[in-house]
Order: sequence, then structure tokens, then C-alpha cells
Amino acid sequence: MTAQRRLRKSIRTFWLYFALIAIVAALLFPFLWMILTSLRNQVQNTSAVPVWIFSPTLTNYRSVFEQHHFLAYTWHSFVVAVLATGIGLVIGLPAAYTISRYRQRGLAFAILFARITPYITFLVPWFAAFRFLHMVDTYTALVSTFLIVSLPLIIWLMITFFDDVPIDLEEAAKVDGAGEAEAFFRIVIPLSTPGIVAAAILAFVFSWNQFLFALILSGSNTQTVPVAVFNFITYGEINYGGLAAAAVLITLPVLVLALFIQRWIVQGLTMGAVKG
Amino acid sequence: MLQGTWLDRNLRWVFPLPAVIAILVLVVGPVLTNLLFSLQSRSWGIFPVPHFIGFGNYLSAFKDSRFWSAVGEMLYFTAIAVPVETLLGLAVALLLNQDFFLKGVVRSLVLLPMIATPVAVALIWGLMMNPELGVLNYFLQLLGLPRILWDTSPTLVIPSVALVDVWEWTPFMALIMLAALQSLSQEQLEAATIDGANWWQRLVRIIIPMIRPAIVVAVILRTIDALKTFDIIYVMTQGGPGTASETLNIYAFKSSFLYLRIGYAASLLVVLAVIVLGIAAFFNIWTRGERK
Repeated sequence: MTAQRRLRKSIRTFWLYFALIAIVAALLFPFLWMILTSLRNQVQNTSAVPVWIFSPTLTNYRSVFEQHHFLAYTWHSFVVAVLATGIGLVIGLPAAYTISRYRQRGLAFAILFARITPYITFLVPWFAAFRFLHMVDTYTALVSTFLIVSLPLIIWLMITFFDDVPIDLEEAAKVDGAGEAEAFFRIVIPLSTPGIVAAAILAFVFSWNQFLFALILSGSNTQTVPVAVFNFITYGEINYGGLAAAAVLITLPVLVLALFIQRWIVQGLTMGAVKG
Repeated sequence: MLQGTWLDRNLRWVFPLPAVIAILVLVVGPVLTNLLFSLQSRSWGIFPVPHFIGFGNYLSAFKDSRFWSAVGEMLYFTAIAVPVETLLGLAVALLLNQDFFLKGVVRSLVLLPMIATPVAVALIWGLMMNPELGVLNYFLQLLGLPRILWDTSPTLVIPSVALVDVWEWTPFMALIMLAALQSLSQEQLEAATIDGANWWQRLVRIIIPMIRPAIVVAVILRTIDALKTFDIIYVMTQGGPGTASETLNIYAFKSSFLYLRIGYAASLLVVLAVIVLGIAAFFNIWTRGERK
């Protein structure tokens, strides 16, 4: 009886690991392939049978920086994402606080509406307005539209964090003569630092990844990395290694950042509907 | 309540004010402008001078076979991606809920697809799906299966881009359901085992009903986003070959920025927004009834 049970248990363990390895392989293979492609030369990349063993070359990375203004695109992406995140925090933190404390459902609903409505609906009027103002291809145009992405993420994640800050602490501060605004800045904000960091990273990652707004509103002065990579593809770049190297360079920073905030990613993306 | 500064007394509306202004300017204004555009004949150029044509754009859309095909592609894409993501997501969640070696590492790895830059994801899948040189056809061949055209075939393009969506978003579904699984009470699960229920019965009769709210939330969020999918489809195929993967979102994008028919595109966007918001509202009412 016990031997039989042990056998059943080890069969079960075998299938568990088999399934896990299959899933992890499926999830990671595209990343692995991206890295391998970026380290192979064009002959190896266009071989009919995939070349698995080769001496890696960094030529593709060098050519991305030399033949394209990749550093400039990275800088544009960085500036826009940082500004969209920073302004999003300045606007979003106080709003999230009053939504949390005073149950301002109307505002919460408006933010949800912004998240649900197709982004192109905002893009057409925005492009018309910025064209009229001669402001297409400016940081202002990009940052203000990227706020549509960053602000809802920040507000919804911060509502759940502010909900968890015990109201007694604020009451105690008020008894000591502090006003509500002072209590917010002196007590609530410091206590919510982990949440603010998580919200900032999440907003940064999704601003960095943003493609649609940048595709239309950026130009030679502000072109972001995703748009630049899209242009490499559509202008018939056939150096697969170079394309893959560019893909590695865009994705790597966000993957590394994401690992710091794993616990909050799902919470942020589900608009607080799910606590991870 | 006279104590405190002016800010303390008015905090309730001063604090959210910048966000309210931002939403009015960034979101509400454009939505209303878009509604207005949808009732106009309008282009990006000076001619024709924008003029009011009532529901003319909507009537043109309903007579436009490309509009109906775009609605069809959008629904086809969503109907493949969301159910597959739900079932696979549930399976992955059940697996990750077990105890195993390196559990923390695996949970971190699962997050990566949905965080990776969509343009890069589309690029690498495009290379992998290349009919002549792509590694996916090489794998098919190893398994003794015929090579296929993937995203360059009019019939396979939607399943191909849906496959990329499944890769990118199954982890999201799985993590939502995993959070729900981890909050289940151990007693209820054990009670079911003692009753002599087997694994499958336990899953269908106890576990799924108990995490049903999480499944519903995951399905709603994914449905809303799948209907609007842009990045992956546009980068991989730009709606092609021909118009085989041109969803409503892509058709609206091309109408405004390639064909410069702003009024017409605006009407397509209103239809898309109504579909998406309608589905969101429907799910919301349906689940609210269930929660009571």
C-alpha cells in the first residue's frame, strides 16, 4: 500500500515538473531566441537549419549604435517616461489620497473610463490640436498624452496603498495640531514609500513601452525607441541580428525594473480589482 | 472645524483638482471632440472644409464591407485569444499553486512576457514566424508536421497574432487566478477530499466556483484589451496580408493617419468605444447580480 502510494506520488511529481518545464520553456523561448539572434551574424541567422552553437559576436549591437541614432532614441524614451511618471505622481498622489479617504467614486470612474476607451479615440483630436499649435514632435505633446497611460496606473495602485494606511495615525497627528495636508505629507507619504516606488516603476515601464502615441506624435527630435524599432522593420531592415539587438536593448531595462515590483504588477494592471 | 489652514479646509477638492483637470483635458475633451468629428466630413488637409453631415459617416460605415470585415477580424481575434488564455491561465495557476523547487524564480519568470515592450515582442515573433527561415517552422518540421505560412497567410494570420497575444497575456490571467487560489480556505478543500471527490470533481465543483469572481475579472479585463489590440498586430502585419488582420482599431487608425479620413475614422472609433464600453458595462451588471 505504501509502496503504491509512493509510486503514485513520484509519478505526480514527474508530471508536475514536466508541465512546469514546458511552461517555462514556452515563456522564455522567445527571449532566448531574441538574445541568440542578436549574437549571431547574418549568415548564421539566415541558415535554413537554426545554428545553436556559434561564437557570439557583438557586431550587431555596435551596428545598432553606429548606424542608427539609437542613443538619441533611448534618451528621448527616457526623458518622456521620466516626465510622464513624475508629473503623474505629482497629480496622481493627492487625487488617490482623497479618493481613498472620501470615496470619490465619480473621479475613480472617470479614470476607469480613460483606461477602457480605445487610445486612438484620444489620439485623433490630440494630433489635430498639436498640429494646429505646431507642437507635433515636442516633448510636451508626448508627455501630455503619455499621462493618459501613467496617471490611471498610479492612481489605481495608490488608492489600494492609501486604503491600507491606518487612519488612526492621521487622527493622532491631527490631535497633535497638524492639519490634514501636513498629515498627508508627513505621515501618509512616508508610510507609502514602497507603494510610490512600485507605482513609479509601473508607470515608467508602461510609458517606456508606449508605441501608439509616440508613433504619431513623435518626429526626428523626439523619436522613442519603440517607434525607431518599428521603423527599422518597416523600412526593410533585413539584418536580423541588428533587429534582435535593438529588441534586446529596449526590453532589458523594463524586465530588470519589473523584477523589483513583481508583487504589485498584477494589482496595478487590474485597476485594484485583484490584490496580489 | 475652523482650525487648520485654508488648504486643510479645502483639501477635499484641491487635492484631486489637478487630476480632474488632466482628465477633462486629456480624456473627456478628446472624446467629445471625436464625437463631433464623427458627425463631420473632415480631413487633415484644408479641403474639404470640415462640415456637418449628420450620421453620414456612420451610414457609410454600415455600407462599407471593409468595416464589417474589420469587426469580424476583431471578434475572431478576441474569440481565439481570450478563451485560450483563460483555460491555459487556469492550468498555469493550478500548477503554480503547487509546491515545487525554485517556485519564487518561476513566478518571476512568468511575469516577463506581459512587461516586455510589445514592439520587441512583435519583432521577435515575426522573426520566429518567418515562413522560410523562422524557427517555428523548423520545429514543425522536426515534429514531422508541414511548414506553414503563419502571419503571411490570409487564413492563418489572425490565429498567429492571437498566439502571440496568448503568449503575452496568459501569465496575467494565471497570476490573477493564482492570487484567488491562494486565498482559498484549506478546510473547504480538505472537506472535499474526505468526501471521496477525485481531482477533477474537486476542480470543477469546488475550486472553479470558489475562484469564479477572479476568473470573471480576468476575462473582462482581457476581453476589453483584446478588442483594442494594436501594437502586436500593427507591428507584425499592419493589418495584412491585404486586410486579413485588419481589426476595427487598425482600420480606424489607418483611416485617420493613412487615408486621412478623420470624420470617417472618428465614427469607427465611436463604434469601437461603444462596443468595448458596452461589453464592460454588461459584464459589470452581470457580475454585480452574481455577487448579491
